[in-house]
Amino acid sequence: MSTATATHDGDHHDHGPAKGLMRWITTTNHKDIGTLYLLFALIMFFIGGAMALVIRAELFQPGMQVVDPQFFNSMTTVHALLMIFGAVMPAFTGLANWLIPMQIGAPDMALPRMNNFSFWILPFAFTLLLSTFFMSGGGPAGGWTLYPPLSLQMGDGFPFMIFAIHLAGISSIMGSINVIVTILNMRAPGMTLMKMPLFVWTWLITAYLLIATMPVLAGAVTMLLTDKFAGTSFFSAAGGGDPVMYQHIFWFFGHPEVYILILPAFGIISAIVPTFARKPLFGYSSMVYATASIAFLSFIVWAHHMFTVGMPVVGELFFMYATMMIAVPTGVKIFNWVSTMWKGSMTFETPMLFAIGFIMMFTIGGFSGLMLAIAPADFQYHDTYFVVAHFHYVLVTGAVYSIMAAAYFWLPKWTGNMYDEKLGRIHFWISTISVNVLFFPQHFLGLAGMPRRIPDYAVQFADWNMISSIGGFVFGLSQLMFVWIIFKTIRGGEKATDEVWEGAKGLEWTLSSPPPYHSFNVAPEVK
Amino acid sequence: MAHSADSYYVPHSSYWPIIASVALTIGVVGAANWFNGNSTGQITLYIGLALVAFMMFGWFGAVINESLKGMYNEQVDRSFRQGMMWFIFSEVMFFAAFFGALFYARALSVPWLLGEGIGMSTNMTLWAGYGENWPTNGPGNVGGDFQTMGAWGVPALNTALLLASGVTITIAHHALKAGNNAKTVIWLVATVLLGIIFLGFQAYEYIHAYHDLNLTLESGIYGSTFYMLTGFHGFHVTLGTAMLIIITWRAAKSHFNPEHHFAFEGVAWYWHFVDVVWLGLFIFVYVL
Amino acid sequence: MVMLSRKWLKLLLGALGFYAGAASADYSLLNMTQGVTETSRAVYDLHMIIFWVCVVIGIVVFGAMIYSIINHRKSKGFKAAQFHESTTMEIVWTVIPIVILVSMAIPATKVLLAMEDTSDADMTIKVTGIQWKWKYDYIDGEAEGVSFVSSLHPDHNEARLLGVDADLERFEDTYLLEVDNPLVVPTGQKIRFLLTAADVIHAWWVPELGWKKDAIPGFINEGWTYIEEPGVYRGQCAELCGKDHGFMPIVVVAKSPSDYKAWVAEQKGAAALADASAGREWTKDELMVKGEAVYKTNCAACHLPNGAGVPPAFPALAGSPIAIGDAAAHIDMVMNGKSGTAMAAYKGILNDVDMAAVITYERNAWGNSASVVQPAEIKAKR
Ligand code: HEA
Ligand code: HEA
Ligand code: HEC
Ligand code: CUA
Ligand SMILES: [Cu+2]
Repeated sequence: MSTATATHDGDHHDHGPAKGLMRWITTTNHKDIGTLYLLFALIMFFIGGAMALVIRAELFQPGMQVVDPQFFNSMTTVHALLMIFGAVMPAFTGLANWLIPMQIGAPDMALPRMNNFSFWILPFAFTLLLSTFFMSGGGPAGGWTLYPPLSLQMGDGFPFMIFAIHLAGISSIMGSINVIVTILNMRAPGMTLMKMPLFVWTWLITAYLLIATMPVLAGAVTMLLTDKFAGTSFFSAAGGGDPVMYQHIFWFFGHPEVYILILPAFGIISAIVPTFARKPLFGYSSMVYATASIAFLSFIVWAHHMFTVGMPVVGELFFMYATMMIAVPTGVKIFNWVSTMWKGSMTFETPMLFAIGFIMMFTIGGFSGLMLAIAPADFQYHDTYFVVAHFHYVLVTGAVYSIMAAAYFWLPKWTGNMYDEKLGRIHFWISTISVNVLFFPQHFLGLAGMPRRIPDYAVQFADWNMISSIGGFVFGLSQLMFVWIIFKTIRGGEKATDEVWEGAKGLEWTLSSPPPYHSFNVAPEVK
Repeated sequence: MAHSADSYYVPHSSYWPIIASVALTIGVVGAANWFNGNSTGQITLYIGLALVAFMMFGWFGAVINESLKGMYNEQVDRSFRQGMMWFIFSEVMFFAAFFGALFYARALSVPWLLGEGIGMSTNMTLWAGYGENWPTNGPGNVGGDFQTMGAWGVPALNTALLLASGVTITIAHHALKAGNNAKTVIWLVATVLLGIIFLGFQAYEYIHAYHDLNLTLESGIYGSTFYMLTGFHGFHVTLGTAMLIIITWRAAKSHFNPEHHFAFEGVAWYWHFVDVVWLGLFIFVYVL
Repeated sequence: MVMLSRKWLKLLLGALGFYAGAASADYSLLNMTQGVTETSRAVYDLHMIIFWVCVVIGIVVFGAMIYSIINHRKSKGFKAAQFHESTTMEIVWTVIPIVILVSMAIPATKVLLAMEDTSDADMTIKVTGIQWKWKYDYIDGEAEGVSFVSSLHPDHNEARLLGVDADLERFEDTYLLEVDNPLVVPTGQKIRFLLTAADVIHAWWVPELGWKKDAIPGFINEGWTYIEEPGVYRGQCAELCGKDHGFMPIVVVAKSPSDYKAWVAEQKGAAALADASAGREWTKDELMVKGEAVYKTNCAACHLPNGAGVPPAFPALAGSPIAIGDAAAHIDMVMNGKSGTAMAAYKGILNDVDMAAVITYERNAWGNSASVVQPAEIKAKR
């Protein structure tokens, strides 16, 4: 790393940010852009969550009460698209923007204007996606996986949805390029790769997953577009294609995508647990290798989503074995976290609570994932609520919990104010109880035979569904608390010290709270 | 304030990204309306594309200006290079999706429809009588009978053209590094010409295929993969040629010096990438 | 084992403070069914093994964590140790899971290979998924040639369309799990299924048989079962297939060989009757009555019972230019469908009489007034 200091556009340099709306629209500052991403993600989380509540309201009891089946399907579909592409991914990107330059001692992201572009495409993309609800034929209703031929039956909204996905993909690709270049090129002197915080490491690997898979998704949906409008036969047997081909291409993207949604979470947890255990992370280098192994394996397991499509049996065996292997590096991570806690001197502030919640409930989700990986058993589990329970444990109590942990952990650094610890803990406990009431019974529903993606069900499933719905409403409403706590912290509160947490280690804690507009104009020396 | 050679340049703020987002959105809204058969679609698309072009000139213009003013140090240059490399990697993966479709159809779905492997019942029960292996438009004879494009006519010629253009751009690069600007420009012009001839041949080939061979986008899986692969490739050649024209112009204005010519290198890499994709196409679409 | 988890679940329920009624004590609502075939029992066993493996690992991992949380806390004055690496430990917790996984993979592989072996079947049934019903064709064996469509039972269909006013309790455990024509199969035979679809992907799933498999348009997937005991086994479509995906049940009635024989004879008799009637001239009234019934089960899901459709996704048939225009175009639309839309080809689904009846009905119901179509015309067009 030969160079260190940064230059900015001449005159404004010492005046900090410009004022007003234009500041946010034209900004190239990694913190501003990080804030925009996080805010956007929060809004999407609420819209996507509101759709989840529509789903849970319809499923509150058997019989059709609230919405019609077509609209129910589009709620399911758009709920998932918003949560994955609109909430969790942008939230992680926002955290990357805020933290990576501060953690590696850089002045900003490497390509600041492109950084702005990556963000500002998103609101347009999701406006397009949501606008399809007002078109003839309604919103997308073929599931977030958009399997043809069903997805081709969509009305006028179809090309808008496809292009929305293209735009979101462009955003992710540019964002990832920025992350990779920043990490590889902008580290402070002495910050070797094996000294980087794990959040930086996991994001580096995530960014590779993104640039390797988002273009494949773009290719897949482009083929949907031409099959619908240009007469191509990629996914039609009559022309020599195969609907299942889409599934292979989609899941070649889709499986790495689920690790895109969890690897940065691993990084966050690896920052929080040592801090509150006041003890260095156990097995730093095996954590790095485990992350890389998970990323590698994620490219060769995709067809475990397709055990029932009628693959040749050798294919089923291969994908079953490869999928089971992923439990090994993931286990390494869990064991290392537990060892980090072991004989630590722990305290349990809100970030630590969410981190511990993450480890426990993600592991439960991982276990059900491993059950799904057993191909013959998946013939029973597949497309039932057992799968829904699995992925909400890894996504909600996994990815979303890690984001909340991160928010509590770094909020004092970002704003200079401490959040309200008491409210934070209440938020944690209500969320954790209700989220289990929400998703645990879905395991039972799935095992008892309730398929997913249905708006109405046999009466014997009524009790568990009602319990699940109640959990859903409580969990949803308790997230309003989260917003309130953040809002309060931005407005004011007890001043945070630079270090914020007693056990905090890393460059970001050497900066003031809140940090200066340009993080490290002079690169710090890392020993 | 000084722009010392060893400080990382961070632009303060910029309008171009938001213009880019708006332009892209207008473009795709236009395209979507066009697909839906709305009369305003096409014109909206063109407005969007024009805005994209405007944005690119403006944005890249700003970058060129900053570069000429010497605001970029070596580290910034490295960021640009790495950025370009990973962008090209993402493009490779985009093509991989379509190559994947081609391989899947040839190695799996068509043989299954023909009754091989796990496809025996599929053929017997649903498509009895279907026996046509690759090239095929499927058991439904979608799009009607067609002929394929031979490999050793125009496509072979195009291969030679693109390979030659890979050589000419390398000569130009060496000339640039040797500080010989005139020679750089001449070889760049040659590269541009080769690109344009390639595109001309490609256009001729498409016309021939549509008019004489009944090989269309609708000719089942063969037509689908053929046109999507060669089409996206041709689109990338077009972009590459446009970028070549711009760096030729910039070389003529002596924008580059032997040490400092990221734009040139970025375009050269891109061009080589387009070249390599073509080799894959030539082998898997035309020859095999 | 069973006892243990039931107790544990009851405990959980109590803790949630919600409900401990009869339903939750019913084990079948908590766990996978053991089913009625050797396959389903093998799958159940795999499920339980991997479940207990996870429980044990969970107890170890969570146990260590909770112990640490309770004891290694600052408020108890515990001083942090500073160890942070151990290659031995890393190797241990890499190798042990691998061993566990390998020992899990072995039985899983055995079951999978058995499940995928469709050879030596005694009879074959072709199953076609159609938005939103199933068609069954008996390809060989005693019932060769028997063929019918199975859709959601009209009573249940009515109830689900009624929404809030529906009384669902009267269906007991079968709400949405009842069909008009169930699939009837014999016990004690290896039955091979050929699965495919006419429009979009569906999946044929009866939990008690132990598997599901996708029905994919243009391709055939295979599966098999061997049912030992007579009984009624219910399932559902398990792949999102559009609006009424949730209303596409499957009912399999397994009959003893002798009962099955009787059922086959009955079917063949009905088919012969239908064949004979296809030859004769039908009156308009006859066609209208039959047509209305066919329309209700096959077409009303999209075009609505009153023919109003849901434009623009599903066109209205009342006043539709095709429905009141030239009969040939109308017949063509219904027989061959329209590719790229939800309108499927009904050629393979409806017989001549049903086809003629439903077309006649569409041409003369809801204020439409056009020609009558005779079964013979349909026959000629096939
Ligand atoms: C963050 C997202 C995320 C993560 C991390 C995972 C993690 C895993 N998932 Fe999950 N999955 C999804 C998101 C995710 N999944 C989604 C969204 C779907 C549904 C998509 C759709 O259809 O809409 C899905 C569906 C899905 C299926 C398809 C089910 C079906 O449709 O039939 C399968 C099948 O194999 C699967 C398996 C796994 C496995 C084996 C893991 C493993 O990575 C888990 C590894 C972790 C552990 C095992 C726990 C910790 C380990 C130890 C303590 C070590 C010791 C343990 C043992 C040896 C057992 N997942
Ligand atoms: C990161 C991803 C993510 C997240 C966070 C969630 C969060 C939630 N999901 Fe998610 N879900 C998916 C990803 C995710 N889901 C995916 C991929 C699918 C599969 C889709 C498919 O089949 O194609 C799915 C499907 C799915 C289903 C199955 C639908 C079906 O198969 O028919 C259900 C049903 O219960 C459900 C419920 C929920 C609930 C209750 C939450 C809750 O955690 C949400 C909680 C949050 C809020 C509720 C916030 C909003 C709060 C309010 C709105 C309060 C009121 C205030 C105002 C109105 C201002 N989801
Ligand atoms: C899954 C939904 C679905 C079902 C079930 C269905 N149709 Fe259709 N039908 C459609 C759609 C969609 C179209 C419009 C096709 C198009 O775009 O031209 C259509 C068009 C038609 C038309 C032409 C109407 C017009 O004015 O264009 C007729 C006639 C028709 N269907 C008859 C039937 C009959 C008879 C049945 C039952 C045997 C039936 N349909 C079942 C979806 C369905
Ligand atoms: Cu058929 Cu779902
Ligand atoms: Cu997966």
